[in-house]
Amino acid sequence: MVIFVEYAFSGLMLGIMYSLVAVGFTLFFGVLNVINFSHGDVLAVGSFSALIAYVGLQAVGLDLPILCFIAVALAAFVVTGLLGAAIGGGFVVPMRNAPPINVLLMTMMIGTVLREVIRLGYPNGSNPKAFPALLPDTAIEVGSVFIRLDSVILLGLGLAVVALLDQFIRRTKFGLAIRAVAQDGETAQIIGIDFKQTILLTFAIGSGLAGLAGVMHGVYYREVNFSVGLLLGVIGFSAAIIGGLGRIWGAVLGGFVFAALQTLWVILFPDLSGYRDVFAFAMVIVVMTIWPTGMMAEMRSERV
Amino acid sequence: MKNTNIILASILVVIGVPVVRTIVETENQVTLIGGLVVLVAAAIALTHVPRLRAATASLGGWGEGNFALLAAGGVAVALSMFEDHFSLLMLATVLIYALAAMGLTLQFGYGGVINFAGAAFFGVGGYTAAVMSDLPVPSLIVLACGGVIAAVAGALLILPILRTAGHYAALITIAFGLLFQDFLEVNEALGGPQGLKVEAMELAGWSFNNSLAIGSFQASFFLNYALLALALLIVAMIFLNRINRSWIGLSLDMVREDETAASAFGIDTSRKRIMAFFLGNGIIGVAGALYAMMQNFIAPNNFGFGESLQLIAIVILGGLGNLWGIIPATIIIMVAPEKFQEFGEYRILIFSLIIVLILRFSPSGLFPRTMRSYSHDLERGQ
Repeated sequence: MVIFVEYAFSGLMLGIMYSLVAVGFTLFFGVLNVINFSHGDVLAVGSFSALIAYVGLQAVGLDLPILCFIAVALAAFVVTGLLGAAIGGGFVVPMRNAPPINVLLMTMMIGTVLREVIRLGYPNGSNPKAFPALLPDTAIEVGSVFIRLDSVILLGLGLAVVALLDQFIRRTKFGLAIRAVAQDGETAQIIGIDFKQTILLTFAIGSGLAGLAGVMHGVYYREVNFSVGLLLGVIGFSAAIIGGLGRIWGAVLGGFVFAALQTLWVILFPDLSGYRDVFAFAMVIVVMTIWPTGMMAEMRSERV
Repeated sequence: MKNTNIILASILVVIGVPVVRTIVETENQVTLIGGLVVLVAAAIALTHVPRLRAATASLGGWGEGNFALLAAGGVAVALSMFEDHFSLLMLATVLIYALAAMGLTLQFGYGGVINFAGAAFFGVGGYTAAVMSDLPVPSLIVLACGGVIAAVAGALLILPILRTAGHYAALITIAFGLLFQDFLEVNEALGGPQGLKVEAMELAGWSFNNSLAIGSFQASFFLNYALLALALLIVAMIFLNRINRSWIGLSLDMVREDETAASAFGIDTSRKRIMAFFLGNGIIGVAGALYAMMQNFIAPNNFGFGESLQLIAIVILGGLGNLWGIIPATIIIMVAPEKFQEFGEYRILIFSLIIVLILRFSPSGLFPRTMRSYSHDLERGQ
């Protein structure tokens, strides 16, 4: 039972990270109908910019853990946000009328570029890097289960960020503009919404979330790796699609479903834990067979 | 063939052979870049300048004469490198990847069925060859089995792919590709991360590992593989060309461009997509089996997501559905990263940047396919 609760908790941690990545995919798809596959590698850029920010803060002499965490997360959010806006504005928007597969290939290649830039640009970048413990990691005892405090903070933080985003899109003027562009880009332009600006903002927010997920990933595993983005990108993409593209809470659901599948496999077959991803991807295929456009179906369907 | 065609054909071979040969053989970066530029320029000229395009199209009516040309050129390049192991290995690799790209062309160039797991089916073919190594089965049958097993493995994906489209279908194949590589890495029976040994190709009792000897010259044994790959590539191209110009090709075009309209016309769209997916994976599987036999060895990291992307990049740069564009595209994508040794660590970075820029400024690839144009025929009163 104790083991079960611990697994369940680590599953929740995975789930919130996947969800943050998936929300980005779903935002981009919502406004532009494109898939930005460099998203996973943007996450890795987030981890590494956090690392650089941390080294910078150390050099200045700032050593307060919590303050350090906030500064580092903010740095990752800003860097990945700008990067995302640059990718969106420079490459994805001009390609929006090209065949979807070409956009997919191009953004995958942009992802490769980012991956290689980290590998070659960061000192000794091809090896995993230790990530500092920025949050207090005292163990909390709940019943007979021990849970690390920093994971609880991360989980709460992740959920808070998604809820905040939801409120942002529902209640603010920018959110209204994003929804309008997602509904119908041309009409939105006619009624005076700055199309380009809205798209760039969406890319910045979505990518910034991936940056935060990168920081969470680093803090949770105490390690970052340049190539982590590829798998996380595919998982985030899967999660967004399982949940139904274009819906924020669908993406969150997809993230937790994917994590639950992986965790469940490890609990049920501890000896075969190597097959965890094999099982999860096989289940993605099964889910797609049952619900061809995701568990929360797309509103409009072209199917006849 | 008319006389002018023979002259044109000879000119093409005379120019094409040394250029391709130089690209494959050179170790000098400047020569390599020069060769690639000439190749791309020539290919663009042949596909974009109307007179040249008309002239090449007229080689043997529907372009069947072009295949003889390719055969002659390919054999000439292969023979001219006779003793050079590395260059012949490279040439054979290019031809095998071009063959695999033909399978993808059938899938999403013609039928519009996106497949991001090309390398996985390539791997299914390769692993089939490895597993069958111990059996007393002729190599040609092993090649065929590689194709059949790859096609059957793809059947697992048919149902979800038929039920959905676009990004959702792309995800299914991406998931399959990752699943396949993960599976190979953890499965000890298939050698795990270390991979498996594969028996060499054998034809009529004669092993491809024996070198051809002519007089005092000793050919590299990769020559055998290069010639066989060339033969298979030409067979695949003729097959695809015939499909393309038949009613099947016409209905595949319709299924790709507008599924709803196609089914309104009574075309069984699922059947067409199943056919394209099956046959395409079959071709990729044969290529994979041949590749495994040539390498004598396979491991899971030959069949990852990056390799699938490489195959897709070939097909898209070659201009979706353009059979002839695939050859220069394969040369660019397979040879360039291998040869840019001077850039060392940076070559993957440079390579992916180049692809990004090409796609950004020429979204439909380097050599866009010419589509059927019936209005043209109507204007001429045909």
